[in-house]
Amino acid sequence: MIANLLSTENIVFTGVNILLAWSVYLTLMTGTLSFAMAAFMGIGAYVSGILTAKFGWPLVPAALVGTLACLAGGILVGFPALRVRGLYLMLVTTGVTLVVKVAIENIEYVGGVGGMGGLRGTTPELVLASVVVIGGALWLLSRTPLQRIMDAAREDENVAASLGINIVFIRVAGFAAGAALAGYAGALYGHYIIFIAPEQFDILYSVFIALYVVLGGVNNLWGPVLGAVVITMLPEVVREFGVMSSGFRSARQLIFAGALVLLLLVRPAGILAFRRLSIRAGRGRVPVGST
Amino acid sequence: MTGRIVAGLEGVAKAFGGLRAVDGVSLDIPAGEVVGIIGPNGAGKTVLINLITGFYHASDGQITIADHNVTQWTLHQIGRLGVARTFQNIRLFRRLSVLENVMVANPAFTAHPLRGLLALSPRRQGRDEAMDLLALFGLADRADQSAGELAYGDARRLEIARALATRPRLLLLDEPAAGMNDRETEALVDDIRKVKPRLEAIALIEHDMSLIRALADRVVAMNYGRIIAEGATGTVLSHPKVVEAYLGQEES
Repeated sequence: MIANLLSTENIVFTGVNILLAWSVYLTLMTGTLSFAMAAFMGIGAYVSGILTAKFGWPLVPAALVGTLACLAGGILVGFPALRVRGLYLMLVTTGVTLVVKVAIENIEYVGGVGGMGGLRGTTPELVLASVVVIGGALWLLSRTPLQRIMDAAREDENVAASLGINIVFIRVAGFAAGAALAGYAGALYGHYIIFIAPEQFDILYSVFIALYVVLGGVNNLWGPVLGAVVITMLPEVVREFGVMSSGFRSARQLIFAGALVLLLLVRPAGILAFRRLSIRAGRGRVPVGST
Repeated sequence: MTGRIVAGLEGVAKAFGGLRAVDGVSLDIPAGEVVGIIGPNGAGKTVLINLITGFYHASDGQITIADHNVTQWTLHQIGRLGVARTFQNIRLFRRLSVLENVMVANPAFTAHPLRGLLALSPRRQGRDEAMDLLALFGLADRADQSAGELAYGDARRLEIARALATRPRLLLLDEPAAGMNDRETEALVDDIRKVKPRLEAIALIEHDMSLIRALADRVVAMNYGRIIAEGATGTVLSHPKVVEAYLGQEES
């Protein structure tokens, strides 16, 4: 039974969703809750898919080009979009997902609504390695002064700015980094499912990715992982143990909605809501002038 | 003392709708001086500080800092030019630690955030510099505490330490002694004297006249958005207009 849960498909989808959860986490770090992740995922999948399926590139360089395309797209969208805040920004990022989907639907070169096939090459090993490498990079980031600057900017952006921090740069950088990561995840996803179509990069996917982070917790690296694993694997676990069998799939969104409301009431900052100090005063150090 | 002007305001005005909160203020803050700004509530003192630091943009007039016309500059540009402030209603990064609050203000990180991503040695250096500042304000043993947990007086001191971490030329203190008892205010006077040599000039908004008398070389009194008296501390505090507008109310 457990072996069935560790199927190739489950590993790839869970890994991809962890990367996507981190992409929202990265963006959220600078104060932006983005619903544009499905759009960047789609751009990453399509750009890399064109390179592999139509030009015969190997997957990894194609995925990196897809990632860079999303980085550029994130910067391009970020500058105008990040002028607004809060609810308006959520609406703007939602709009990005809607617009990108419609745009892809109207590009004949990539098959329009019908989609594009022939994407191959994603292995569970590549996905796992990507999760480990990117998780490691995010962990290193969490130990740097840059992370503290992002935290400060999120908490009080005007005060942070008056200390000399360029808020626009920080916010656009966070948004673009998140977009790039979503693009990379999209490339991995597309090259596993072989056939991609615009409807896969729907706004509902953006909402789910945001839910991974909201559910798991936004204050540290592991909350989004937990959220992604739970939401991706729960239906599989339930099916595997035959609790509700077929009825569950249709009911799962209802159940998630209920669980989420419950969670936000009980633990508004997410399941794993702790934050650990990474830069400490240092043991045994005698500060100058304290004697 | 050199007579050089750190910050200069020329006919600066700020209107909110029909209300002119600051109404044509001209003022020089020369190097080496502590300028006290006094006046009753609503006189426009905090608005003036918000204008100098870029939190507000002037509706009229010109603000010059270190020979740059900064009237339309953004917050972070003015911050990088060396203007730092504290807030009347303390604004710390409450969820960051005491140490981190000071570290994030270090120009090594604020000016080049991406460099902070790679280098480990500036991180250590930044930490040591921040610890020295905390020690100066007696906060070293609270370094790992979250800033939101600090007692009121400690929070006020941390805000000054954070402002100093930007290595400013001009420090603007907005009612630093508000809510402090006499003993704490005396300690604050000592703290400000200690950090004075690190700065070119200090501007100080305060209602506590003992603090103004102890620190200010020169006092500017404001009422209804205008300067009503300006000059040596003793002269201004006993100026009839000032007594009428401000001190009179308190002593009656």
